[in-house]
This record gives sequence, structure tokens and C-alpha cells, in this order.
Amino acid sequence: MVRHLRYLAPLAIFAVLVAFLYRGLSLDPKLVPSPLVGKPAPAFSLTRLEDAAATITEADLKGKVSLLNIWATWCVSCRAEHEVLVRLAQTGKVDIYGLNYKDDRAQALRWLQQLGNPYVTNAFDADGRVGIDWGVYGAPETFVIDRQGIIRHKHIGPLTDQIVNDEIMPLITQLQATT
Amino acid sequence: MKPLIASLVLLLMLGTQPLPAAVTLESFTFAAEADKQRFKELIEQLRCLVCQNQSLADSDAELAHDLRAEVYEMMTDGNSDAEIAEFLVARYGDFVLYNPPVKPSTYLLWYGPFVLLLIAAFLLLRAVRRQKKTPEAEFSGAEQKRLQDVLGQAETDKDARI
Repeated sequence: MVRHLRYLAPLAIFAVLVAFLYRGLSLDPKLVPSPLVGKPAPAFSLTRLEDAAATITEADLKGKVSLLNIWATWCVSCRAEHEVLVRLAQTGKVDIYGLNYKDDRAQALRWLQQLGNPYVTNAFDADGRVGIDWGVYGAPETFVIDRQGIIRHKHIGPLTDQIVNDEIMPLITQLQATT
Repeated sequence: MKPLIASLVLLLMLGTQPLPAAVTLESFTFAAEADKQRFKELIEQLRCLVCQNQSLADSDAELAHDLRAEVYEMMTDGNSDAEIAEFLVARYGDFVLYNPPVKPSTYLLWYGPFVLLLIAAFLLLRAVRRQKKTPEAEFSGAEQKRLQDVLGQAETDKDARI
């Protein structure tokens, strides 16, 4: 009996290989896990998109669970994502902050006027330096930040209603429940 | 004669060329050739996250431009290569390094092949030892006779063909 088992070894190795390769099929190499998750939000101080004389810093995000959404008018999938953000903002369950990334102020303001404004306020990152500190490599990206200002989750790519309902909202509810 | 004149002309041309005060690469200016070389080597070891199979040196993505500028600035500020790499890893993860660091999560990657090699060597050694131990099988009387018959038959066939 044991002697016969050895002939099954190649089959077993093949099965393991298939399992690994099959898993590889469903992995997206574009999604690089952020080392910032679990760490305090990187410090920044930028002017607000809406008011070049006013500033916003990472401290403004503290004290409540919030989202930081990185967007730009040149980013095509941001447009697709925008209505999802507007709907999420309408629920009033979470404050959404925007980081307007390497954009044109006038164009960005026009975009918000035309498509609706889901943001509490927007930081205006003209040269993308703050984006680098946040490890941004492709808008849109969305960070979930807890009360203490710790990054709890990063979503890369456009949000959809399904992602909001299945991933983002449960996390927000859970973070809001803990003090 | 001709090559001599040509080389003289070349030499004269070289002489008239203004000596470069600094070395440049793209829009970056370096005090010395060594700095430029160091910058080049550094950005070749860092991955661009936008077009993932290209290094920062190769990529024309917007982010790659920005990160090259960042690396250049850090270099001119006197940061070491390790500090620059650390800066990028803190923001983008180990993925920016083409050379993955040795740490618990990459042990399998670094040492896995050697473990496999050891296992293969062990199996091979065992198989070889086992083969040696197996005694030469003795033929039983009936088998011996049959062998003779078959060989004899073959001989007869051969003779018949000739």
C-alpha cells in the first residue's frame, strides 16, 4: 500500500502547483498593500482647494472616523467614482475629506460645482508632494482614518456602491463603535 | 599622414569645446560624474508603481518624474542611498525595491530554493543508497533454463539469417 502511495506524489505536487497558480489568477499586481495601514496619517499642511488662504492639516481629520479620498479632474475613474462618494456623503454617516492631487484649482472647483461636492473640505496638493508622503501612486485612492488619526484601511482604485457597502461602511461602523 | 591630420583636427575641435561645469541628466544637474552615476544606479534599483515592470529610471509616468525629483533632492541634501530607499519603502512598501529585503515574510523566497535543493539531494542520496543495497537477484532453476533457451534461440536465429 505504502509503495503505491509514492506514485501519487507527482499528482500531489501538481495539485499544489495548480492551487498556487489558480490563486495567482485572482491577484491583481496593481494592488500594492500600503505600509501606512496601522500607522498615523502622514503629516501635511496644505491650502484648501476652496480657499487658497485657508490651510488644512492632518490634525483636522482627527476626533472622528473620516475618509480621505485622493482625486483629480484628469483622473478618469475618479469621475466614475464621484457619484458613489456623493451618495455616501448624503447618508451623513462619515466625513469625507478630499486630497485634490496634482490638479488645476479652477478646473477642480468647476468639477465640484458640476458633479456635486461630497467633501467636507479639500486639500490642494498641486505638486503631489503630500501625495508621495501618503504613498499615492494612482488616483483614485481612499483612506479610512480612525478617531486617533490612524490609517485603518486603504482602497486603491475607484469605489463602487458594492465596495462601500461590503467593505468601507462595516469598517466605519466598527471604528465608530470603538472609542 | 592623413590619420595624423585627422586626429590633430579632432584634438583642436575638442580643445575649443567649453568644458562642462556640471554633469546633467534629464533636468538634473550634478556636481560630478560620480554623483550622476550614483543617481542613475539608484533610480535603476527602484520600481515605478505605475508601470510596474519599469524602474524609476525607465518610466515616463508622472509619478516616476516626481519620485526622480524626490530622489535627486534627497541626494543633494546629503542622504545616503539606504536613507532614500527607506523613505520610499515607508511610503510605498518593499515593492519599490527590485531587491527584496531578507525578513521573516521573505524567508521562503530567499531560503525556499535551498530547502528544496536539500530535500532533492536527500531523496537522491537515499535512492542511490537503496539501489546499491538491493542484492543482485539470483535466477531460480526454471528461470535460468528459460534464459538459456531464449539466448540459444536468438543465436540460432542469427545463424539462420547469415
